Amino acid sequence: MVIATLEAEKLSAMRGDRRLFEAVSFTLSAGEALALTGPNGSGKTTLLRMIAGFIAPSEGALRFRGPDGPIEAAEARSFDLHLLGHQDGLKGGRLAREEVVFQALWMGGDAPSALAAAERLGLGRVLALPVRNLSAGQRRRLALARLIAARRSLWLLDEPLAPLDAEHRALFGELMGAHLAGGGLIAAAVHDPLPIVARSLELDG
Amino acid sequence: MRSTVILFRRELGLAWAGGGGPSLAVGFYVAVATLAPISAAAGAWRAGGAAAALAWLVLVLASLLSLERLFERDFEDGALDLLALGPAPLEAVALVKSVAHFTAVSAPLALAAPVVAIALGATPRVAPMVLATAAIGGLAFAFVGALGAALALGSRRGGLIVALIVLPLIAPPVIFGGGAIEACRAGLAWRPALMLLLAWTLGAAALCPFLTAAAWRNASS
Amino acid sequence: MLAALANPHRFMAFSRIAAPLCGVAAALLIAPGLWLGLAAPPDYQQGTTVRIMFIHVPAAQTAMFAYACLGGASFFSLIFRHALADAAARAAAPLGAAFTLLALVTGSLWGRPMWGAWWVWDARLTSVLVLFLLFVGYMALRSAIDDEARAGRAAAILALTGLIDLPVIYFSVDWWNSLHQGESIFRPGGPLIAPVYLLPLGLMAGGYLLAFGALWMEQTRSEVWRRRAQALEVQAAGR
Repeated sequence: MVIATLEAEKLSAMRGDRRLFEAVSFTLSAGEALALTGPNGSGKTTLLRMIAGFIAPSEGALRFRGPDGPIEAAEARSFDLHLLGHQDGLKGGRLAREEVVFQALWMGGDAPSALAAAERLGLGRVLALPVRNLSAGQRRRLALARLIAARRSLWLLDEPLAPLDAEHRALFGELMGAHLAGGGLIAAAVHDPLPIVARSLELDG
Repeated sequence: MRSTVILFRRELGLAWAGGGGPSLAVGFYVAVATLAPISAAAGAWRAGGAAAALAWLVLVLASLLSLERLFERDFEDGALDLLALGPAPLEAVALVKSVAHFTAVSAPLALAAPVVAIALGATPRVAPMVLATAAIGGLAFAFVGALGAALALGSRRGGLIVALIVLPLIAPPVIFGGGAIEACRAGLAWRPALMLLLAWTLGAAALCPFLTAAAWRNASS
Repeated sequence: MLAALANPHRFMAFSRIAAPLCGVAAALLIAPGLWLGLAAPPDYQQGTTVRIMFIHVPAAQTAMFAYACLGGASFFSLIFRHALADAAARAAAPLGAAFTLLALVTGSLWGRPMWGAWWVWDARLTSVLVLFLLFVGYMALRSAIDDEARAGRAAAILALTGLIDLPVIYFSVDWWNSLHQGESIFRPGGPLIAPVYLLPLGLMAGGYLLAFGALWMEQTRSEVWRRRAQALEVQAAGR
């Protein structure tokens, strides 16, 4: 199935007794990108995790729609979205190649796509190394590889470009652009502007 | 499902990472079991049926060993999020992790158990029963242990907490397993005890994945 | 009635009167129960030490009831995400542990004159010990997780698991005990409960349950106050 639209209606989040944000509404359609901005602690990560289904909103609703009608949220989350948070889920002791292949396979891709994606992101020479020997930028690119290798419509990214240098930010910008051009959706929490055209949603905190 | 096989192989690889495979758990088992006879009077463990029971008890403790790391690492480094967004339901992931933990830790311990029991002075006749109870019981411990590990996610002093909450819950399989070994040793009917152990293990296998997934979702929220 | 009490305000209003009332009722049952128990003829086997039974047996029963209450409150707190149920669950645990400890200590005291040992691994005492560990585990888990809401839900799952396992635990300990053909000294008064013991036992059991009810309501009230105070603190500290 393919997510064509993500609708958020008056979402509110509580952390213990603290209200992080309230009445957040937006509609994200195929080919669109949303940049979540706001100070630290304003709930950008929480909103992304809410879309991914890890946190239940204290108020409001989230809806996924496909080209033919509504999509069950659980299905959308299991098959058609990527979440890339601050932590990448890579295991330090494993080889980079093993990790990128596993992540791609798990998310519905295959091994050749994983390796091709790693190549595309400039990691060809480090695939044989253990993950712990990679630099921060290389690790981030390794984690990004699964977005390319396993096709899923909605990308939820939490400060994806932070450890990347200018050259690789531009590269990933191209990949994001290609994703949007192919009908994908992107929601990204960022401090700096994204290298693609995106609407902005400010969380005041 | 192909994805569960992939996950199983990965979990196994991660559990045996650091070289040596299962030898760490087995090594711990043998080390503690060795301390028992030398901490008591010489020959004390040969009297009575304590030898096989001791082998069983130390196995229970050794099974709890690496439980904390079953979920904690994945929780901390974001791998749990990734697993939750995959094609397999969280309950299936919990099941696979439990079975992988059994294969990586409990099964090798079960293989070592008869040897340890005999070394402590049990009669060789009970060896097959020790193996059977260690294997079935080990599976039970893996499932309940996974639940304990998931419940204790994000807690302070995780390893101790996991042991504390798991130990009272596994009283029945410990009792049934010990009863089976004892019955075998005394030449009495052991089948009822073994059946009870098997029944409890199957029940745990059916229930725990759901509870583990619920605990996990709670920790991720 | 449970549904009516689910509203926190109604519960607080109700318990303000009900808790002390239950306390008084408990005293009204325990006092004659104790008196009758002390006045009852000594058991021909166990002599006067049988009187510990009047403190021990109801304690063990109430401890088990307390765990059932813990499980029930946990169920409501999990399935209906009910904050009051969570408060009640948190309140029930230390009370249940206290009754369990009372049962263990009095059980040990009871066994000492009979068996010359401070502890016997018989069916009831062993079951009560495992129950004690279940309570301790619950409280330990709750306090080991910093986020209160998360801790509450994790502990609730644990309590429900324990509740499902509890009958099996009792069965397994009983089964194990019967294998060794140990005559449980803790079947009250021996193979038969003499009728003269039934009334004081019944009074004590009823009194203990009411006492637990009173204490549980009081403790839940404290918990509710504590949470309100905490919420106010957080608000006052600003966002």
